[in-house]
Amino acid sequence: MYIKQLSVFIENREGRLEEVLDVLKQSGVNIVSLSLADTSEYGLLRLLVNNPEAGKKALRENGFSAMLTDVLGVKLCHRVGYLQELLEVICKNGINIEYMYALSTGTDDASIVIKTSDLEKAAAILKETAVELVTQEEIA
Amino acid sequence: MIWNETKECMSRDEMRVLQSARLVKTVERVYHNVPFYRKKMQELGLEPGDIKGIEDLQKLPFTTKNDLRDTYPFGLFAAPQSEIVRVHASSGTTGKATVVGYTRKDLDIWSECVARALTMAGVSRNDIIQVAYGYGLFTGGLGAHGGAEKLGAMVVPMSTGNTKKLTTMMKDFGVTAIACTPSYLCHIAETLEEEDAIKDIKLKCAICGAEPWTENMRKQVEQKLHIHAHDIYGLSEVMGPGVACDCEYHKGLHVYEDHFLPEIIDPETLQPVAPGETGELVFTTITKEGIPLLRYRTRDLTSIDYSPCECGRTLARISRFKGRSDDMLIIRGVNVFPSQIEAALLEMGETTPHYMMIVDRVGNLDTLEVQVEVEERFFSDEIKELEKLTKKIATVIQHAIGLAVKVKLVEPKTIERSMGKAVHVIDKRKLV
Repeated sequence: MYIKQLSVFIENREGRLEEVLDVLKQSGVNIVSLSLADTSEYGLLRLLVNNPEAGKKALRENGFSAMLTDVLGVKLCHRVGYLQELLEVICKNGINIEYMYALSTGTDDASIVIKTSDLEKAAAILKETAVELVTQEEIA
Repeated sequence: MIWNETKECMSRDEMRVLQSARLVKTVERVYHNVPFYRKKMQELGLEPGDIKGIEDLQKLPFTTKNDLRDTYPFGLFAAPQSEIVRVHASSGTTGKATVVGYTRKDLDIWSECVARALTMAGVSRNDIIQVAYGYGLFTGGLGAHGGAEKLGAMVVPMSTGNTKKLTTMMKDFGVTAIACTPSYLCHIAETLEEEDAIKDIKLKCAICGAEPWTENMRKQVEQKLHIHAHDIYGLSEVMGPGVACDCEYHKGLHVYEDHFLPEIIDPETLQPVAPGETGELVFTTITKEGIPLLRYRTRDLTSIDYSPCECGRTLARISRFKGRSDDMLIIRGVNVFPSQIEAALLEMGETTPHYMMIVDRVGNLDTLEVQVEVEERFFSDEIKELEKLTKKIATVIQHAIGLAVKVKLVEPKTIERSMGKAVHVIDKRKLV
């Protein structure tokens, strides 16, 4: 139901992001999607990778703070208003979206990755609708 | 002008006689009234009668800031609480304050010493003085205030925090003297410059203390404001501001030796060093009633000169401070120990994260940034949580040291590890 996201803390200075990517490359970890949240002093790199455990291990060994977090991947269809309708269902239930970014999973459809204040509840709500969730296997 | 010529210009022989008599009385007082000192003296096999004058000073035990902390709050008081009319407190090494108490006589002597210092700086009853030290538990505000009132000057109790109001009143009142920290004076000078108001003020002198500053800083601010600036020294354990001050010749700070008996020791061997040699400044208070201290180790490094001064005073002079024999920092006039930061960070979890304090001076104000490594246990995938963490660390530290800090999260293992004693401070201020 959930997919594992790899989160990495990086200082907002030149070369740090490249270094993270280099560590992942050296350990043969493929990046499927990513989002970078930046503040003036540091950034948070959120990644979906084919092998999250291996990615985390490699980053930690290289001195980075890295962790795995459960997130939801939701498949979308290319239709105006679809995402809004989806979020409406979530928000009506008093769930806050902490962050969200896009994920490309196939040739024809798109997906979004979301982290909500109550992930379990959000997953349960989405299950009752017709939406399809992205599984870990699909991005491995 | 000299406030108290009898005391400030007495011959060295007379001074020694006076100091000896006062030391004997102080030793008797603490032996009989303070269990801490009685025990320490007994351990050394000393009785009050063994101390016959200042030649016996070195037989006495030392006192440290830790002793004040261990006897918190009133353990070293030598007067009953009914005679204590005021307390002040400064930060201690582990977050616990060190508390000092004053009898009415102590306050009178304090005012006398500050009045001497102000007179040295050229302030008289005809002056209008702004006291721009913080008022409160810190000794700066009320200490300078008492002395200025004793002198008979017109006192404007500004305290700190509202520079705009300060400069406005300085112009409108025709203020002629100011007492504040050196960095605040520089900030005031810049504000006046921005307001193009230097031509509108009547300021002629400044009495600055509570933090170290350079001769260069002094000269710069003197030129900018067309004033003369004096260095006043003090510490709450010994009394507060007014333990020593420099005269118009600026050749060291005259110590009010009839109240505070100075020694310079080697901080390693604890043996006295010769006059002129650098060592740690140690004070024995010889007139205090509330909390007299025997051989209090200030941790300030300086040297002493007993030769008479061109100003006519015979009071010994201590040189500008050359550093500290411990790791205490003075940031915006506040004493800060790295151990306080460490203790505060411990509240964040079972072990202290790696941290580094970066002290700097932006414009003329000290800044403190604390860098903390983001370990796994602090880490979150949400910016919101990391911001919460930053705020929490800042609050915990601010609570511990009483200063606003900027907390910066850094990647693990980026703070340099030292092989020997851990280095937790980078002081970028150029003060030497």
